[in-house]
Amino acid sequence: MRGNKIASVPYALWLALFTVVPLVIVLFYAFSDDAGAFTMDNFSYMGLYAVVFFRSFRLAVLCTVACLILGYPMAYAMSRLSKTGQTVALILIMLPMWMNFLLRTYAWLTILENNGLLNHFLSFLNLPEVNIINTPAAVGLGMVYNYLPFMILPIFTSLTGMDESLIEAARDLGCNERQVFRKVVFPLTIPSMLSGLIFVFIPAVSTFVISKILGGGANMLVGDLIEMQFLGGAYNANMGAAISVVMMVVIMIFTAITNRLDSGEEGGVLMS
Amino acid sequence: MSKNELIRLDGITKSFNGNVVLKSLNLSVMDGEFVTLLGPSGCGKTTTLRIIGGFEMPDSGDLYFGGERINALSPDKRNINTVFQKYALFPHLNVGENVAFGLRLKGVSDRDVEKRVSEMLELVDLSGFERRSVTSLSGGQQQRVAIARAIVNEPKVLLLDEPLGALDLKLRKEMQVELKKLHERLKMTFIYVTHDQEEALTMSDTIVVMNGGQILQQGSPIDIYNEPANRFVADFVGESNIIPGRMPEDCRVEFLGTVYDCVDRGFEKNEQIDVVIRPEDIVLLEEGENSIQAHDRLLKGTVKTCLFKGVHYEMIIETGDFDFIAHSTVAEKIGMQMYLDIDPDNIHIMKKSSLETMTEMEYRLEHDPDAVMEEE
Amino acid sequence: MKKHTLSRTYMILVFIFMYAPIVLLMIFSFNSTKSRSVWTGFSLKWYAKLFNDSEIINALQVTLEVAVSAALISMILGTAAALGIFSLRPRSRKGLLWLNNIPMMNPDIIMGVTLMLMFIFLYRICHLPFFALGFQTLLIAHVTFDTPYVLLSVLPKLRQMDIRQYEAARDLGASNFQALRKVVMPQIKSGIVTGGILAFTMSIDDVVVSYFTSGPFSETLGVLIFGMTKKRISPEINALCTLMFIAVLVLLLIINFREFKASKEREE
Repeated sequence: MRGNKIASVPYALWLALFTVVPLVIVLFYAFSDDAGAFTMDNFSYMGLYAVVFFRSFRLAVLCTVACLILGYPMAYAMSRLSKTGQTVALILIMLPMWMNFLLRTYAWLTILENNGLLNHFLSFLNLPEVNIINTPAAVGLGMVYNYLPFMILPIFTSLTGMDESLIEAARDLGCNERQVFRKVVFPLTIPSMLSGLIFVFIPAVSTFVISKILGGGANMLVGDLIEMQFLGGAYNANMGAAISVVMMVVIMIFTAITNRLDSGEEGGVLMS
Repeated sequence: MSKNELIRLDGITKSFNGNVVLKSLNLSVMDGEFVTLLGPSGCGKTTTLRIIGGFEMPDSGDLYFGGERINALSPDKRNINTVFQKYALFPHLNVGENVAFGLRLKGVSDRDVEKRVSEMLELVDLSGFERRSVTSLSGGQQQRVAIARAIVNEPKVLLLDEPLGALDLKLRKEMQVELKKLHERLKMTFIYVTHDQEEALTMSDTIVVMNGGQILQQGSPIDIYNEPANRFVADFVGESNIIPGRMPEDCRVEFLGTVYDCVDRGFEKNEQIDVVIRPEDIVLLEEGENSIQAHDRLLKGTVKTCLFKGVHYEMIIETGDFDFIAHSTVAEKIGMQMYLDIDPDNIHIMKKSSLETMTEMEYRLEHDPDAVMEEE
Repeated sequence: MKKHTLSRTYMILVFIFMYAPIVLLMIFSFNSTKSRSVWTGFSLKWYAKLFNDSEIINALQVTLEVAVSAALISMILGTAAALGIFSLRPRSRKGLLWLNNIPMMNPDIIMGVTLMLMFIFLYRICHLPFFALGFQTLLIAHVTFDTPYVLLSVLPKLRQMDIRQYEAARDLGASNFQALRKVVMPQIKSGIVTGGILAFTMSIDDVVVSYFTSGPFSETLGVLIFGMTKKRISPEINALCTLMFIAVLVLLLIINFREFKASKEREE
């Protein structure tokens, strides 16, 4: 295959032109004013949006944790099924992704809005109505709903791919069923949980569609902020670029910390 | 060595998806014995081991451990540990914590754990490896960790499932010697599974030859090699010439048209039998050699091939009806006429009505009532 | 047994959570009025309207066109890259794979925004009319986020394959191209197809990147719907999505049924 080096050149060029160059351009915009002169103003004015940043980050972290808590038992329950059961469950998990995610989210609006189905149902039971729509809780729910599969899938893959002889070895050495899970199965799925955390956190922290639909105007997130700078009313490409750069930095830090946890875990369980 | 029975399998039958893997197997293992289950792949040896370890439940039959029936006891409650085929070391734990795994579950104090782990690692020649990651070890080292992890729990029985299969030849030979030494030191019962007949002959006190889910022969390595019970055992353990023949009377055997002296007795008159002659037991004589006169009946043949095998030459000698394999330290020319001299002691007679078919009959007799009972 | 029912119940609850909105949406696509929460009677009028709505049909056409072309281009680009990557030096190989991860890990919005900025830059400042926001720019964006999936589907297949098979083919007199076509291709074909299907799915499902990189006359379905969410979603869209969902469901059932049958036969 020595002579086929050339075959990867087109894609290498494509990546350079449509991935690297755009990132360089964004950096250039972030550090310049609308006349193209160098400035740090875009970053120093960003303090105005601290509330938005904080809200986005907090919501993304909460959503990621919720996905982990909901997703792990789900992946585990799925992995206990028969081979056919596993295939069916896997398809059921992936199938909703084929329904446009805007519509799936929009359907939640139907359920949650003040005279929506949830409140119809509650008043039918003579229970007090709730006001969820246009609150951060509704946005969080929408995020969990959309990103839960990203948590379930890697954990499920890791659980089903686990070497059966490791579980037998643990039994052989004296583990009961609960101990097998605690001492062998769970630690071995940690890397997949960390992948899940990254797969959920990244779209959660950058979303702008979900907050628009379920959060009304009051729960603006960083994603909305960026969109506003480019296509919304407050056109300011330089500011938008600067906010994008900050978001990328946040994601890089989060990914680095998560990856660090993974490698730390291996050496972490040392002899006491 | 105490000669108490430690493990007994009583009519164990097991099938997977309708394929019968073990057919009413009976096996008894003595305390402190090194037993090897030997046979080709698919013969049921690993399934037998997994039933003893508690990873499979027998469909019928009973498993006793020290006189107690343990069919349904889960693996963690058995005083038995296993060295797995591909070691099954926990990748998320370092060497020390892998070895300490069983002790920690028993709630042994940290200080004792540390002491016992380092003793064990010393025993398997891995002193100071406590903090190494198991994934960084070579195959031989992983093997030693797997052994240490099992024996640190001081089980009554150690099960070894083809543990040397993944190692290269030289390392395998070294580990054979070390495992044998370890067995002598620990006085533990070892049950070892392999398809390598040489490994079985080198290490075991007792060899159990299996095929088709049944035991064909059980005995000491010397017995198995010298007195194979049937064609399959003779063929599987070592190289052999197997020739059909007939016993006209005690200590006389006829094959290839000639009657020879032998040492076996107790056969029916003119019973059809198989004769086993090991290649190294055939002495080749040249025409005109003095000793030839001393024998009245010698097989005569032509050298067909002659291959150098390191320690010896392997030759195929063509007689009229049968091609013999013979070993000699001297090379002979191809096409040369030779006489084959076989000492009566080295002519082994095996029953034609082989154990294979016999046990099948026994199996039917024993199994049919069971099947009837199940239906009721 | 008790543990079993507990985990089954949990699984069912999660599936209800995942499917409730979808089922709802499908049910109300048959509603006779525009209401999304009050049932006023069965009707197929939104389905009838759907086929007469040129805006939606046009958007559907753009979506399919861009998804198919992007999947095809990325299959060629990604497969070629995977073949080439094996002969690269380890450092360049690592570098290329690292770059390949960027479009996958980057949030959609960042990717959309960065590409849009560059297209505008190339159009306005470099005066390249090709980069005016429209179908071309949409296609470029889709190929960019599709190709990594193709590359990552093909690579494991190549790793599984014994590289000496290629050498054996050459040894037996095949030219480089013949060896690739007759020996390598058949073994990585399934990887290419999987990658292509993944790419197609990603394209169909995309809203955010398309939102930033499409022009006014090249709106995809996703972009169109996103525009509607700011006001009110027409029930025709629900009808369209119901049809698409059922199409996918049928397709999946056929594929899985065939696989199931094949594995049954292998067992026998």
